[in-house]
Amino acid sequence: MVQAIEATGIFKSFGSTKALEDISFSVNESEIFGFIGPDGSGKTTLFRTITTLLLPDKGRMKVLGMDVIKDYKELRKNIGYMPGRFSLYQDLSVEENLNFYATVFGTTVEENYDLISDIYSHIEPFKKRLTGKLSGGMKQKLALSCALIHKPRLLVLDEPTTGVDAVSRSEFWDMLGKLRQYNITIIVSTPYMDEAIRCDRVGLIQNGKILSIDTPQKIKEGFSRKLFTVKASEKYKLILSLRKNPGILTAYPFGDSIHVTLADESADRTLLNYLKNDGIDDAVIQEAEAGIEDRFLELMEIE
Amino acid sequence: MEKVQEKVIIAHDLVKKFGTFVANDNLNFEVYAGEIFGFLGANGAGKTTTIRILSGLSKPTSGEVKVAGFDAYHQTEQIKKNIGYMCQKFSLYEDLTVKENIVLYGGIYGMSRTLISERLRELLEKLHFEEYENRMISDLPLGLRQKLAFSVAILHNPKIVFLDEPTGGVDPITRRQFWESIYETASRGITVFVTTHYMDEAEYCDRISIMSDGKIVALDTPAELKKQYNSKSIDEVFIKIARPATQGSPPLGGLGGRN
Repeated sequence: MVQAIEATGIFKSFGSTKALEDISFSVNESEIFGFIGPDGSGKTTLFRTITTLLLPDKGRMKVLGMDVIKDYKELRKNIGYMPGRFSLYQDLSVEENLNFYATVFGTTVEENYDLISDIYSHIEPFKKRLTGKLSGGMKQKLALSCALIHKPRLLVLDEPTTGVDAVSRSEFWDMLGKLRQYNITIIVSTPYMDEAIRCDRVGLIQNGKILSIDTPQKIKEGFSRKLFTVKASEKYKLILSLRKNPGILTAYPFGDSIHVTLADESADRTLLNYLKNDGIDDAVIQEAEAGIEDRFLELMEIE
Repeated sequence: MEKVQEKVIIAHDLVKKFGTFVANDNLNFEVYAGEIFGFLGANGAGKTTTIRILSGLSKPTSGEVKVAGFDAYHQTEQIKKNIGYMCQKFSLYEDLTVKENIVLYGGIYGMSRTLISERLRELLEKLHFEEYENRMISDLPLGLRQKLAFSVAILHNPKIVFLDEPTGGVDPITRRQFWESIYETASRGITVFVTTHYMDEAEYCDRISIMSDGKIVALDTPAELKKQYNSKSIDEVFIKIARPATQGSPPLGGLGGRN
């Protein structure tokens, strides 16, 4: 299989802050690869290294077969980068921004219109509007159009869905899915665990280290223990009660329930009795399937 | 629920217009003491307009609105004294120390010097923050910063605290510690009013409302809404009912949202 990115032993520090520590991974051509991790985990530093904007302190990285240090000029022509911070010209109109980016890369909007038509058509009715006056969802669509206008082979999207509402987020992922037909490799970062399922493979990243890389399904299956959900009407009382119980390995709030792992995995009935004796008589315990976030928590505990 | 059903927010037929643009169209909802209430909606749905009214920064055009027992037309100053606010992106001054931030906010809230130093001690102890007292905020890890920001938002023991995407971007363990402190706060009777685009944050709330085009289109417990819309998650419910607001931007540019 052809590799779109091959990184081996990448390190990057800023003063005493170790932003990337021994990062190795590879991305296959035409896949959607997601880096999932909290703010400050190293996602942006990694993306800046991939896009040749930062030099690694140590390690080797090849992107589209080219070396990120030696071949940066040629490489940049083939990358479309959408940074985390909105960085189009706010005092240019929608149309002017798009034309500008096309020109910088020596092409025209007409030449690659097919590629962006699906995305750009949503904002085309507002093409005369100043970019600074667009809503968040529209800015995001324009930024994606600008990143795509030179028909890059690799699209690098740094937190494209942060701060965007759930409806627009979902639409955005649908658009990325449609780009598959053009054989564009996409790497995308997000702090939202629930977006993992939209990727072919994901890398979980925390404190500059990769905790795990696999398909979303395999990552979930990596959860090593039996997982239970516990619900009760008084959640805070429930948490405090669970914390006191030495038979509980972990207890984390997850929405309307608490996700629990037990030292003795067959002790769920005993737990129910324990809770009853502790004054929580409406508790319901069920076995559940672990999600990406459960696995992320487990990997963080091991670290 | 054993919670006392004291109403700390009452909105009856709340309308807010900007010229001919109806940002809030006849909103009706009540929020109880000690409740964790999620206030959801697509970008541009009108949430920020409502929150500005509920925090005494803007007056309704019509309708009855009471916050912490005070009238949103004439008693906005009293409202401000009885609420706290925290947003994920900015809450504390990065170039001040932990202690300086607490003293500053205590002063703004009109607390006495003795009370401020009392709360400062309590807080440092509770958060195991003693060693950080004289450290700049910019030196603190994000998780600690967020915990401190929340504690500062409720320093003056408000009736209601407004949280904007409280746990966006933090690691999964810190997120959960944060929710536990939200539960603890609510159990003390403080109402927690959460706005977020993070639909799994909504799952933690006691009740949620979903706004679309200036109207509240759904209001219930997360479990009930999922049942009603035959969905597995609030994300699914949201996508089914919260049509994105009409593409034209509202007359006041940049209402809510980021960028």
